[in-house]
Amino acid sequence: MFKNVSELIELAETEGIPISEVMIRQEVKETDKPREEIFAEMGRNLDVMEKAVEEGLEGVESRSGLTGGDAVLLRKYMEEHESLSGNLILDVISKAVATNEVNAAMGTICATPTAGSAGCVPGVLFGLKPRLNPTRDQMIRFLFTSGAFGQVIANNASISGAAGGCQAEVGSAAGMASAAAVELAGGTPQQSAEAMAITLKNMLGLVCDPVAGLVEVPCVKRNAMGSSQAIVSADMSLAGVTSRIPCDEVIGAMFKIGQSMSPALKETGEGGLAATPTGRELAKKVFGPALGSE
Amino acid sequence: MKFRSVFDIIGPVMIGPSSSHTAGAARIGKMARQLYGRPPQWAKVHLYGSFAKTYQGHGTDVAIVGGLLNFDTYDERIKEAFDYAKEAGMEVDFIEEEGSSDHPNTARIKLGDETGEFELVGISIGGGKAEITELNGFELRLTGESPAILVMHNDRYGAIAAVTKVLAQYEINIGHMEVARKEAGQEAMMVIETDGRIPEVAMEELKDCEHILQVVTISE
Repeated sequence: MFKNVSELIELAETEGIPISEVMIRQEVKETDKPREEIFAEMGRNLDVMEKAVEEGLEGVESRSGLTGGDAVLLRKYMEEHESLSGNLILDVISKAVATNEVNAAMGTICATPTAGSAGCVPGVLFGLKPRLNPTRDQMIRFLFTSGAFGQVIANNASISGAAGGCQAEVGSAAGMASAAAVELAGGTPQQSAEAMAITLKNMLGLVCDPVAGLVEVPCVKRNAMGSSQAIVSADMSLAGVTSRIPCDEVIGAMFKIGQSMSPALKETGEGGLAATPTGRELAKKVFGPALGSE
Repeated sequence: MKFRSVFDIIGPVMIGPSSSHTAGAARIGKMARQLYGRPPQWAKVHLYGSFAKTYQGHGTDVAIVGGLLNFDTYDERIKEAFDYAKEAGMEVDFIEEEGSSDHPNTARIKLGDETGEFELVGISIGGGKAEITELNGFELRLTGESPAILVMHNDRYGAIAAVTKVLAQYEINIGHMEVARKEAGQEAMMVIETDGRIPEVAMEELKDCEHILQVVTISE
């Protein structure tokens, strides 16, 4: 089993196979399940993601009323205007936001790697779909590649906001998506690693400070930012830009930063944006004075 | 290596918004329903800690009710669980508790109908995982991740041996086992987590063992 990114890349390069194939072979070995069954299971996850994107683009609202409807705004803007960042980025972020709005509205999602960061991977995948026209097989492989890089982060740092802050959730999700985008676009395994390193470096230190403790503000918009960064990093890597700090060392830095982060900034809803006057006011509105007063 | 499967990273499929406050809560409700063994006519759900403070925004309440209706964590009916409960004739009350609990995400669930009442405590420990820590006053630890059986029995010689003998006969391996009692010689309880599902014939045989009062099974 690969323990870090360099082992993962080495396995892919010596065998002459993509990262997704390394992940599939390892899953077969770990679970003793037939390859077809594992592929089919990932296909079901892909279907859940696609459905969530569609549902969010139609418009949803959360129970608290804090989030919902932004995916619709983004779509409308994209269709009616010449956007500044270009329609591919708009498409990506609208689909990431759609997924997280569906999550906040108690819809069905696939955690990638968590519920709060569930928008980045499908946002990038379904946003790239019109441009790259991938087959279903390639789309499923995108998820295996994301999973391979996510697994390295989970085993060497963290994918939990309570343990590592938002860098561990949206940071990881964005890094995973950028690595998978590189493979889908025809880049090498090493280029996938470079893209993930570039993305993670820019996510280091991001705190988890949800208003009222809910997976809504700022989680939904952070998935938009994470997915757009994933695309930018993938392009940088495909252009030949490399990270001066190797990917595994970036993950190591992320782990240490997470450890030294104050508990108030790790999913307790006590610091950061949650502790702003408006954050507290919103918490009071949603739950009554108990949570907002502190 | 804590994470060994790709589906730990790409998955699970769940109803949002929170793996701990929604998916974990639904699991507690479902385990309660399975341990009770039948649809309850009423349920009183006491919420503690973070559950008490944020349950409405996270849908912890509908998730628990969905679980009590035997819905899975990915069942879309969870959102309308209160309507389904009404339809099923199940009366549900939620009580926000001020007091502290050992774990921030704790629920104490009391279930009942005209034939009997039942009470358990469940905690949601993160990532959608949940545990039952107390059942009818007995302390225990039940995760619901493996198939399990719960045996209420009289605290007598041979009761435990009789149960494990039946399991051995059906070649069912025990992964984790706990025994508890309130007082020597009185009512006692066994929780047995197994590697495989327990066939119906084995369940019947267990029920017929001497000193055994009740056997229920939990499975995904």
